[in-house]
Amino acid sequence: MKNLGFLFVVLAATVLAQDKAPAGNAENGKRLYMRNGCYECHGTVGQGAGANPIAPKLAPKPLALAALTAYIRKPAGGMPPYTSKVVADAEVADIRAYLLTIPEPPAVKSLPLLNQ
Amino acid sequence: MAKSKKIPVDRRGFLKGAAAGAASILAVKPPVAFAQQAQPGAREAATLVAANTAPTVEARVIDRPGSDFMMDVFKSLGFDYLFANPGGSFGGLHESVINYGGNVDPEFITCMHEESSIAMAHGYAKIEGKPVLTMAHGTVGLQHASMALYNAWCDRVPVYLVIGNTLDAAHRGGEVAWDHSVQDAAAMVRDFCKWDDTPISLQHFAESAVRAYKIAMTPPTLPVVLVADTELQDSQIPADERLRIPKLSPTSPPAGDSNAVMDAAKMLVAAENPVILVGRSARTPAGVKLLVELAETLQAGVVDQHLRMNFPSRHPLYQAWRDRAALADADVILGMETADFYGMIQARVRNTAKPLKIVTISSGDLYNKSNYQDFQRYQAADLAIAADAEATMPALIEACKKLLTDDRKRAMQDRGTKLAELSRQTHERLQLQASYGWDASPISTARVSAELWDQIKTEDWSYVSDALFFSFWPNKLWDMKQHYHYIGNKGGAGIGYGSPAAVGAAVANRKHGRLTINIQSDGDFMYAPGVLWTASHHKIPMLTIMHNNRAYHQEVMGIQGTANRRSRGIERIGIGTKIEDPLIDYAGLAKSLGVRSEGPIKDPKELAGAFKRGIAAAKGGEPYLIDVHTQGR
Repeated sequence: MKNLGFLFVVLAATVLAQDKAPAGNAENGKRLYMRNGCYECHGTVGQGAGANPIAPKLAPKPLALAALTAYIRKPAGGMPPYTSKVVADAEVADIRAYLLTIPEPPAVKSLPLLNQ
Repeated sequence: MAKSKKIPVDRRGFLKGAAAGAASILAVKPPVAFAQQAQPGAREAATLVAANTAPTVEARVIDRPGSDFMMDVFKSLGFDYLFANPGGSFGGLHESVINYGGNVDPEFITCMHEESSIAMAHGYAKIEGKPVLTMAHGTVGLQHASMALYNAWCDRVPVYLVIGNTLDAAHRGGEVAWDHSVQDAAAMVRDFCKWDDTPISLQHFAESAVRAYKIAMTPPTLPVVLVADTELQDSQIPADERLRIPKLSPTSPPAGDSNAVMDAAKMLVAAENPVILVGRSARTPAGVKLLVELAETLQAGVVDQHLRMNFPSRHPLYQAWRDRAALADADVILGMETADFYGMIQARVRNTAKPLKIVTISSGDLYNKSNYQDFQRYQAADLAIAADAEATMPALIEACKKLLTDDRKRAMQDRGTKLAELSRQTHERLQLQASYGWDASPISTARVSAELWDQIKTEDWSYVSDALFFSFWPNKLWDMKQHYHYIGNKGGAGIGYGSPAAVGAAVANRKHGRLTINIQSDGDFMYAPGVLWTASHHKIPMLTIMHNNRAYHQEVMGIQGTANRRSRGIERIGIGTKIEDPLIDYAGLAKSLGVRSEGPIKDPKELAGAFKRGIAAAKGGEPYLIDVHTQGR
């Protein structure tokens, strides 16, 4: 499980190039994100969770669609695979569209609670 | 006790006679005739009467019961409290505690389940560094208590449990007494207790009671069980009986062999990147100071498994939140009182092929049992020192200091500077991570932790929860430096530990005037919610914040993974795992148990006010609960 975060972050860093994939349906994507349990490990707004963290953040700035699809089909570490039978390619695009709607968090320096 | 002096009445017969309003000092007729005459439908009542009555007895007043002497023994051991749910098989002891002992040292704390009693004792011992007295039925009570004992066993915590039993079949009462009697009462938990005994005389009891305490407190500190036979408790102490309470002679914790310690020091001083990996190395507050001294002497990074407050969370050498990188860089790893050392080492080996030397110091090498497998997978070491880590550190520190040369000191200072910078960068990364989902609802666990820290940072606080299910945000964001700032986890991962362990820890914190903080998982809480009544009844101050993620979230993720690997979709994974429909009203539940409360809070902006009210209540001496709808982790 611990490797998952590491590999995911590496993947994110290398494939974060401009995404030219179809936009997807964000509203449906949010529904799918919840229905498919993405939120269980990654949080309802893709913030990530776990100690180091085990499940990395997904938003803002999600992976490019091709990389995201490839990863969830054959993930590393403890993340279970999502086959196309469970989540179709078009649904992955919708989920990613939802992740794109999630805004940047407030700057750390603007949050006194995180500066003490 | 000489058999010829056995008194022909047991406690049950005595109590039955009193309850019936008869003169308790007069002879009581056997209840058998009543039972035989009972009509259908009255069988249950007859059974209860029979259960509480000896077969053939002659009642009389007992002015010097054996349990009074047992109480003298317990007082000699310095128990502050007795945590117990009442039970007939130790009723003699119960009476001696509250009357003969004056309900002082130990004071009876009423628990609502034996599992709660033991988990409370578990939490108490991790704060106070010594056990409380606990009691339970030898059969049904111990069955309830067993999982909590297992948690304490895995967590290397001393728990002192006395169980009642009637060994002599000729002196048992009716059906229930037989149901509650057992040949070998401690057998059920022997695999996960360090020592147990069944004394057959009061002198035997005194010696075994003192021995049990001594064994429990010798590292590895672990649970012990002592059987208190009902006859011993309830029989008159003969006037000519000369009983003696042995002096407790605490055993010095086992320190490492001096040659082995010197070899370890040579490896550590010569290393380019030594890392100290700790599990439960700080048994006491002194263990924290010693680890700081060792790490600073070597300028070595410290990776923490969060099983105790081993090392200050904001110390520049603290590398727990970059543990994989720190371990990957290591050329020597010193593991002290670790858990799953194999897993940590193999993860490191997978990430790098760099040569590695391994040194271990663990009391786990001194004592093991076979059946339960909490000793974890075997990890080879280049040097394994069978000893208590805390007791060994002074010699190891001195050995390292003797080996330091100017060249090595310079190299170590350079290393320390680099580690401090890495630690600073890691803290910034954690701050950034905490900002994600800052305004989310359900509320992020990072936000809850940050809001709470803002209000407790100037208090003398003690965080008494397992942080795993809260993504360790308190450990990441709070300035933990005192031993009581964090007490680790369940030990054996047995659910139902959280709230009772927190109440037990709060009992210990109360006399120090500390603010006890419990971030309480919802699923765990519902195993033993009655513990809130205990907190209310005994005025145990603490702030409980419900981590109400409305699920057995670990199992949600687990079933989700299984369903996905089978490619069956996950739409049904809530079956058996979610706690909703209806949602539990934790604030209402707390109120029903006498605890002031509020919530559920779903807007993070409402946290600050609620925490302010909760802290004020806890500082005022009462328990308080705040229900918060949280993210899963």
